[in-house]
Amino acid sequence: MQTPTELKYAPSHEWLAPDGTVGISDFAQDQLGDVVYVELPEVGRVVTAGETVAVVESVKTASDIYAPASGTIIAVNEQLSGSPELVNSGPYEGGWLFKLDVTGESGDLMDADAYAAANG
Amino acid sequence: MTSTPETPLRRTPLHAAHLKAGARMVPFGGWDMPVQYAGVKAEHDAVRTRAGVFDVSHMGEFRVQGPDAGAFLQRVTTNDVMKLKPGRAQYNWLPNEAGGLVDDIYVYRVGEQEFLLVVNASNIGKDWAHLQQHAADFSVQLSDESDRWGLLAVQGPEAEALLQPHTDVNLSAKKKNAYFPARLLGFDVWLARTGYTGEDGFEVFVKADEAEALWDRLLALGLTPAGLGARDTLRLEAGFPLYGHEFADDLHPLASTYTWVVKDKEHVGRAGMQAAPPVKLIGLALERVPVREGYPVLLNGERVGQVTSGTSSPTLGHPIAMALVQSDAAQADAYEVEVRGKAHPARRVELPFYKRA
Repeated sequence: MQTPTELKYAPSHEWLAPDGTVGISDFAQDQLGDVVYVELPEVGRVVTAGETVAVVESVKTASDIYAPASGTIIAVNEQLSGSPELVNSGPYEGGWLFKLDVTGESGDLMDADAYAAANG
Repeated sequence: MTSTPETPLRRTPLHAAHLKAGARMVPFGGWDMPVQYAGVKAEHDAVRTRAGVFDVSHMGEFRVQGPDAGAFLQRVTTNDVMKLKPGRAQYNWLPNEAGGLVDDIYVYRVGEQEFLLVVNASNIGKDWAHLQQHAADFSVQLSDESDRWGLLAVQGPEAEALLQPHTDVNLSAKKKNAYFPARLLGFDVWLARTGYTGEDGFEVFVKADEAEALWDRLLALGLTPAGLGARDTLRLEAGFPLYGHEFADDLHPLASTYTWVVKDKEHVGRAGMQAAPPVKLIGLALERVPVREGYPVLLNGERVGQVTSGTSSPTLGHPIAMALVQSDAAQADAYEVEVRGKAHPARRVELPFYKRA
């Protein structure tokens, strides 16, 4: 299971990059199984840490994605509308979900070691 | 904070084998069951194109024997069991007095005075009590053999070719709904040419303490282990109703498309089923957004029903759903399904969604 060290991780399995990019962890995509649909937020929406901002649907279930920090949505990954499976194949690369202009506080985020330990 | 008392989950004889195969286990109807091994889509595709094997040992088996066995089953089921010759099997319903369903079951005729019923895992206790109650008027003996049997479902277009070299029975002579004893891979089993995936295949009744060894031999033949996730997407594509979703104690079963299961005869639910069902089961196809159980179905902006089962169809490549809608609203071509507060277009399509060539 990959857990890149430059990222911060929420207990609810979102990752946050220093530039505000958000996705779900390798552990989370593996638990979800085949992703078939991703519902992304609107660009410009102002969100609060912990708020539901997106939904990732696998064959079996729909899972809410929470904002790992407060801020404004400045970009979404349009590629996911045609290729939702990118979330499975590259959760830290092509499968990113949205970018936040982080303006407020973060939730309870963990570093890679703590996240890996919590989900080992 | 609230907590619910923890009931230990029951385990099938294949529990250790599932863990060994890397299965993700989930609670299902009181059982600890594999939802997937490699992945739902890969397992689903294996069953549609080659062959897979499912552990369905959690299902219940009741044996019905005695001079009144046939008469008893005529009374407690809606289909005509007397049409069954020994060695044949039949899909059937256990109605309640109100005209709902206690369960949907499979009936296997073993001999003139002997039948085997296979019932849904989560209904074993309820079905047993119901049958006991009605058995009092008949000369029958009921035995719950659920713990004695492991049950494996070998499903897929290559099922027959894979099993044939390893059994003493000519499988091509055994048509759909055949039920017969066989020697398979060195084990004494009963085979039924039945299943719940929309594909050809066999259900294999094996002694519980031999189930794991047989499972290992089947995997060694190249069968893909498949979990509950694939079982659900396969059965939904095939338009098969699932108890607890399309059927329930308080749901008129004639709402489904399986109206042929009710024959014109005296049975426990006959009076209760006289009234026309207030809802009808329809099939829906959507473009992109998967819809799930409980999502509202709208017609011209008005709520007319709800989704009972929904998934993204691996075979068809788009979301599909079954829904119960008000009978007077069941003939439209186009509906909408509300997903997280937003209405998405859905086309009504005939069931099943998928039929093998």
